[in-house]
Amino acid sequence: MAAAVKIEDLHKSFKVGFIPKTKKILRGISMTIEEGEIFGYLGPNGAGKTTTLKCILGLIFPEKGNIEIFGYPYLSLRAKERVGYLPENPYFYDYLTASEFLHFYSQLSLIKKKEKEEKIHRFLRLVGLEESANLQLRKFSRGMLQRIGLAQALIHDPSLVFLDEPLGGLDPLGRKEIRDIIVRLKEEGKTVFLCSHILQDIEMICDRVAIIVKGEIINQGQLQDLISEKIHFTEIILSGVESKELEGVGESVSALGGKILLKVIEEEKIETVLRIVQSRNGRIHSLIPRTETLEDLFVGMVKQG
Amino acid sequence: MKIRAIAFNTFKEAIRDRILYLLLFFAAACIIFSRLLALLTVGDRVKIIMDVGLASLSLFGAMMAILMGTGLVYKEIDKKTIYTLLSKPIHRYQFLLGKYFGLILTLFIMLFFMSFIFLTLVFLHTFRIEWELLIAIFYIFVEVCLLTAVAMLFSCFSTPILSSIFSLSFYLIGHLSWGLENSIDKMKPGIAKTLTQILYAFIPDLENFNFKTEVVHHLPIPSEIFLFSVLYGIFYSLFLLFLAILVFRKRDFI
Repeated sequence: MAAAVKIEDLHKSFKVGFIPKTKKILRGISMTIEEGEIFGYLGPNGAGKTTTLKCILGLIFPEKGNIEIFGYPYLSLRAKERVGYLPENPYFYDYLTASEFLHFYSQLSLIKKKEKEEKIHRFLRLVGLEESANLQLRKFSRGMLQRIGLAQALIHDPSLVFLDEPLGGLDPLGRKEIRDIIVRLKEEGKTVFLCSHILQDIEMICDRVAIIVKGEIINQGQLQDLISEKIHFTEIILSGVESKELEGVGESVSALGGKILLKVIEEEKIETVLRIVQSRNGRIHSLIPRTETLEDLFVGMVKQG
Repeated sequence: MKIRAIAFNTFKEAIRDRILYLLLFFAAACIIFSRLLALLTVGDRVKIIMDVGLASLSLFGAMMAILMGTGLVYKEIDKKTIYTLLSKPIHRYQFLLGKYFGLILTLFIMLFFMSFIFLTLVFLHTFRIEWELLIAIFYIFVEVCLLTAVAMLFSCFSTPILSSIFSLSFYLIGHLSWGLENSIDKMKPGIAKTLTQILYAFIPDLENFNFKTEVVHHLPIPSEIFLFSVLYGIFYSLFLLFLAILVFRKRDFI
């Protein structure tokens, strides 16, 4: 079975400035995205995430490298038929209504006439815009544009969906809804390529990630392999004990309501803390072991890179 | 099918553009103004109305083609709507042809309205429909199609302001190049004549589409000139569209 996307040694540079100077944006990107996974593509601003996406979608042409989508050359119509794309900060034809807009995009994807109306209704319902079907896009909020953009990316039932910052500009509820849609896409067997700055979301839904810094992929793999399971420290919130008594076992910070937040680095000292609390008839409110997060990994790598 | 979808969307976009209505208003005003001009002129009033009316149709048709054609592709790139469009299973040439035909459809309808006003005005004076005027209007339309292709070509790699200047220059050169043809006849054989002939072969001759005088003054037009002008318009437009496709095919959308 061919990979959903296979990229080999991708290079791209642009000419910038009045006296044109070559600026290298991508320096030999290689990665494989397997069918049916949610793949997170992370990187700081200007790292080359959107440039990679535009290369895959044929919006810009790489100087060197090879891209295949489901085994087909990336510029072929057979490859494009299986791809859906939601760009970052999408701008659409604002004179069209939501329904006209999806109608136009379904025509470009050669959706059969019989299926068209049903699909338009289904996808408007999916992104929660059923009631705005006859509203012009110029009257849409940013979050609504993001949703209608997602609907146009999905209208032709693609097997592979590229989403560039799909959660940007959405309120917490909207973010959850879009996250749920992405997870549902995976359940339907679709492959999702997700570029995002919101690391919590990536961590929550992605199977694998790649981190790009200055045009190079500095790490990629399954999330559990990248993030160490090792406990870095334990956070204990307790009360009924004087903070003086906890000196030497961890860093204590006074919290609201007479509670103490204690950061214990050495695991064996947790038992000492529990003993102290028990002897003073105090109370443990919470005890949370902190492992490495994707954010820790990302910040560390970007700093190194 | 895909070209048609893009063409109809372009048409929808164009008819919601205020510039179009502004130009249509001025064109109608100019045609009606010809009636006033005829009152102030000594001579055949109908001929003055026909002359000014056809000139207005030609000028405003060209302005519409240039002003709207130059923004045609640029707007899609500037507003980034092209990203989602080209990620769909379409070829870049289909996008370009869709935009072109969409604007041609818009211009056809605009010319139709302007012509209707013009022919009605003439009818009120002569009490008969001057079918011959349709010949001149048809060639104005052919010229407008060619100018749209020019504007679109420039719009593929330049900003609307620069593209408008280039297209306007093309329009002016095209209408003055007949002077070069006259010079060639008067020149002695030699390098200068050959070079002028080569130059004349490359620059457009938009006077090929000007049948206004012949129509207004009921002068005979040889049939081979009719055919030549249509073929000239078609092939020149195709050549320009081909160049636009070549430029657009390898363009990066940053």
